[in-house]
Amino acid sequence: MTRPSGLVWARLRRHRLAVASIVAVGLVSLLCLAAPVIAPFEFDEIDLASIRQPPSLEHPMGTDDLGRDLMTRILYGGRVSILIGLLAAVIGTGLGSSVGAVAGYYGGRVDNLLMRLTDVVYAIPTLPLLIVLASYTQATATSMALTVGLLSWMATARVVRGEVLSIREMEYVEAARSLGATNARIIARHILPNAVGPIVVGGTLAVGNAIILESSLSFLGLGVQPPTPTWGNMLMDAQATMATQPWLSIFPGAAILIVVLAVNFLGDGFQDALDPRSVRR
Amino acid sequence: MTRYIVHRLLQIVPLTFGITIVLFAVIQAAPGGPEAALLESDRFIDPAAIEAYRARLGVDQPVPVQYVRWLAGALGGDLGVSFSTTRPVAEMIAERLPATLELMGASFLIAALLAFALGVLSAVRQYSWFDHLGTGLSFVGIAMPVFWFALILQLVFGVWLGWLPVAGTRTVGASSLGDHLLHLVLPATVLSFRYVAGWSRYLRSSMLGVLTADYVRTARAKGLPERWVIGGHALRNAMIPVVSVMALNLSGLFSGAVITETIFAWPGIGRMFVQAMFSRDYPLLMGILLLGSLMVVVFNLVADVVYGLLDPRIRYD
Repeated sequence: MTRPSGLVWARLRRHRLAVASIVAVGLVSLLCLAAPVIAPFEFDEIDLASIRQPPSLEHPMGTDDLGRDLMTRILYGGRVSILIGLLAAVIGTGLGSSVGAVAGYYGGRVDNLLMRLTDVVYAIPTLPLLIVLASYTQATATSMALTVGLLSWMATARVVRGEVLSIREMEYVEAARSLGATNARIIARHILPNAVGPIVVGGTLAVGNAIILESSLSFLGLGVQPPTPTWGNMLMDAQATMATQPWLSIFPGAAILIVVLAVNFLGDGFQDALDPRSVRR
Repeated sequence: MTRYIVHRLLQIVPLTFGITIVLFAVIQAAPGGPEAALLESDRFIDPAAIEAYRARLGVDQPVPVQYVRWLAGALGGDLGVSFSTTRPVAEMIAERLPATLELMGASFLIAALLAFALGVLSAVRQYSWFDHLGTGLSFVGIAMPVFWFALILQLVFGVWLGWLPVAGTRTVGASSLGDHLLHLVLPATVLSFRYVAGWSRYLRSSMLGVLTADYVRTARAKGLPERWVIGGHALRNAMIPVVSVMALNLSGLFSGAVITETIFAWPGIGRMFVQAMFSRDYPLLMGILLLGSLMVVVFNLVADVVYGLLDPRIRYD
């Protein structure tokens, strides 16, 4: 017998772009994780003798205006940017699923209260609110992920609530209840696993979204502060020298583009693989 | 339908009330208060002067008192006085609003025109090179950091080619309507890019669903020219869900305007918001965020109403 997870995996493997994306994201993440081992320099190693050098054999992506090796900084920056993306997605999706599951399962006043709260937060434009909140702290990777995550749970909450509303009427939920399972156990073991489709798809897309938001905040100077490199703050530093040292902005921009692109393709692949009704050619 | 709209309008009242409470709480949570902007200068400032400053702004009162004061004013159309300019917030917003609405309107038009052309063509020629190119570009459009895209366009069209101005709304000393429209091209393109991407993909899949419908086959069978079948029968039905998504996304244009206006020095609300954030101008922040939230609420309502008007199968009772 094929387990459901095996089936999803088999369907995902047929989605060529999704497979290519897994490979791409995996490769980039591995390279970034291995940065301390493979990076040719230190990320804050200043070399005033070789500032603003275009890409060469010694510096494959060139150097910035303090003579720091750009490839090294891209590798270290990726650790922070990808971490922010993953962490924010986990926080946002976890919070959204919990709110949605509780609201949908208990219904009545709990549902009403939670959903009106969701309506309120949903109505406030995310980026401006995020800008205000981000201006309160000296951003670190964790605070950035927390802020982004706390403002990106609303869509998940609504979708999961909708799923839970239909799942809780299923016979197997009633069976579990008649066997004396507690509410918490029913939600965790019987309801959420059956709503996993939209949760996984939403969570995957949230990773890309968080990386983009981090770069937008960095543009306003509200991102993770130097000397810690992130792709967003490297891009921000490079904007003044775009015309004269284009490599300084091309490489971090391309890094964001590639990772977010791959993550979004993967989300698309999950969407097809997890929806039993969709049939691929 | 009228009853439905009235019902929805009545729901907006408690929703807006909730929004004002959350916004007020978030803005008041700023560590250091509005005087933090003064203290950042590192000069010595007499603590008594700081206290007088706080008292004059009214921020020495407990937060609930401040909120009730603000709400009482807001109900009468008075959004308070800006901390940094001492001018009424409503007046400052009204001054900057036209520029933002112009930018949003132009972006909406560009995005709608391009998205319809792209979406219909890729659906009609499914799996052609054009379709694949469109899909590829859409994913790139969504995955690209907005300000990076803006900087590239500024470099290519402003610096290298010299075709388009990269900042402001007009050339000093040589302003004309044509000159103004030239200034609008780059910011509007940047702001519309991700919506071209999103809407065209959405229209494409909606068209693909409609093109196999019975009434399209009937239209073809009775010998109608293909362009009538596509433009008349298929598109009119396929655009229903797309139009309502477009109305929903109008509020996203407001969020996008914050970054776009800052990059292109466009004198609208978005840029004023960033300045208000740095100077801790509570009443101005409050006013702008409230305006943005109201836009979301109203556009959501518009989206639902438009959906009901376009699709006779939908009934609101």
